[in-house]
Amino acid sequence: MSPHPKDKNEPLVKIRGLRFFRGNRAIFDGVDIDIPKGSITAIMGPSGTGKTTLLKLIGGQLRPDAGTIHVNGQNVHQLNNKDLYKLRMSMGMLFQSGALLTDIDVFDNVAYPLREHTKLPESIIRKLVLMKLEAVGLRGARNLMPSELSGGMARRAAMARAVVLDPEMIMYDEPFTGQDPISMGVLVQLIPRLNKASRLTSIVVSHDVQETTNIADMIYVLSNGKVIAGGPSKQIANSTSFWVRQFMDGLPDGPVPFHFPAEPLETDILEN
Amino acid sequence: MEQLARLGRIGIGTLERLGRGHVLLLHMLSGFAALIIRPRLLIAQIHSVGVLSMLIITVSGLFVGMVLALQGYYILSQFGAEETLGVMVAASLVRELGPVVTALLFAGRAGSALTAEIGLMKATEQLSGLEMMAIDPIKRILTPRFLAGLISMPLLAALFSAIGIIGGHFVGVGLLGVDEGAYWSQMQAKIDLHEDIYNGVIKSLVFGFVCTWIALFQGHDCTPTSEGVSRATTRTVVHSALAILCLDFVLTALMFGEE
Repeated sequence: MSPHPKDKNEPLVKIRGLRFFRGNRAIFDGVDIDIPKGSITAIMGPSGTGKTTLLKLIGGQLRPDAGTIHVNGQNVHQLNNKDLYKLRMSMGMLFQSGALLTDIDVFDNVAYPLREHTKLPESIIRKLVLMKLEAVGLRGARNLMPSELSGGMARRAAMARAVVLDPEMIMYDEPFTGQDPISMGVLVQLIPRLNKASRLTSIVVSHDVQETTNIADMIYVLSNGKVIAGGPSKQIANSTSFWVRQFMDGLPDGPVPFHFPAEPLETDILEN
Repeated sequence: MEQLARLGRIGIGTLERLGRGHVLLLHMLSGFAALIIRPRLLIAQIHSVGVLSMLIITVSGLFVGMVLALQGYYILSQFGAEETLGVMVAASLVRELGPVVTALLFAGRAGSALTAEIGLMKATEQLSGLEMMAIDPIKRILTPRFLAGLISMPLLAALFSAIGIIGGHFVGVGLLGVDEGAYWSQMQAKIDLHEDIYNGVIKSLVFGFVCTWIALFQGHDCTPTSEGVSRATTRTVVHSALAILCLDFVLTALMFGEE
């Protein structure tokens, strides 16, 4: 069985000195993050800062070039395949696209992890699935195929699937992106509700400042491969740091430049 | 110098892909045992890969057999050997055209579909989603498709040859007036179970193995974008066709080279 952290205050996810490169480009260059148990922690930052990559590193789908990631006291990247899969059963992940299997309906998608990992009879599976679908408001849509769902419904169905095994932790990858205001409102309500009802620890990766700040207990802001700010959400929302203000207030220019690095305009234009 | 470096990069890239392909193959093979307790996964894939390919195989087999009978009759009649038309049609189909043409059609129909399916599953994060649900996507998704391809190919090749022989009979006996008794009896006397039929089955097994492996690898290894999936699908058809034709020569040389 997985070793649980002895200290109750020990963070569920502990990232230390994380370095990750894509080619020569450093996506993370010495990142330290703690995700406290039972909290909703937001990882925020501009597009391309590696937020989704961070979730894949936590889930063991990618390997870091240096540093460690401990989940529930276990070093994710030192586990063998069997133990890693066992650890993943205690994690749920909501992908940006929902990642529902397109050849089966909503009910079967949610039932999928139960059928793969348990020997529960179909009657119990049915009850569990219907309860999870009820929690996300899609019990009536159980016979629909993923192609018949709207973007918001697909994410809610994926959310039901992510929590069906009652994980300890759930990771949300850009849950609000591309949602209409109603779907967004539903998701903003659902994440804290699920977190509280199922006693989860949630990691929300997002660049939707308003919505994420409202639901998060802790916020980490990433930029240029580093954590530029981290702490309780109110503290980050009131931060006076230029970096944080540029991101939180959506300023087009600042420490994160508007222009992609290039030669001076005059040189470029006069070149020919 | 730059050309040399480019050549080196291409070589290293090819070796890396070959390595990844073999790792994937071993991973798929390691999932065979799990299929024994869940045969439903395999049956569904045999339906998708094999049964749904039957129409194109049947129609193609019929026409290939008919053309063989026409061409064969033209040549054989010049030597007064029309009675051997059945042998010629059957030997051509069972030894060569059955396995080869079936494999080419299989690569075009089922192989490209497999690549597109796996590639799209990768692009839409379905494979990553399975991994995060603690389900091995290679054993759960790729292995049943691989085994289904392996089982379906020899059966489809047998169907192709059988329908081709019927097509040849229709043209040779029905339209060109070859004696029906001679068509069947010559075939029965000259077509050997080991020399012809077993060797044809071995060929189709090898082609099924290679085609399905290429198709699944291309889908699994593709760049997860629409362009990446499209390129991978094209590569599946091209690489499979080349592999089939090269392997056919090698296998034919090994099987019939010393006759």
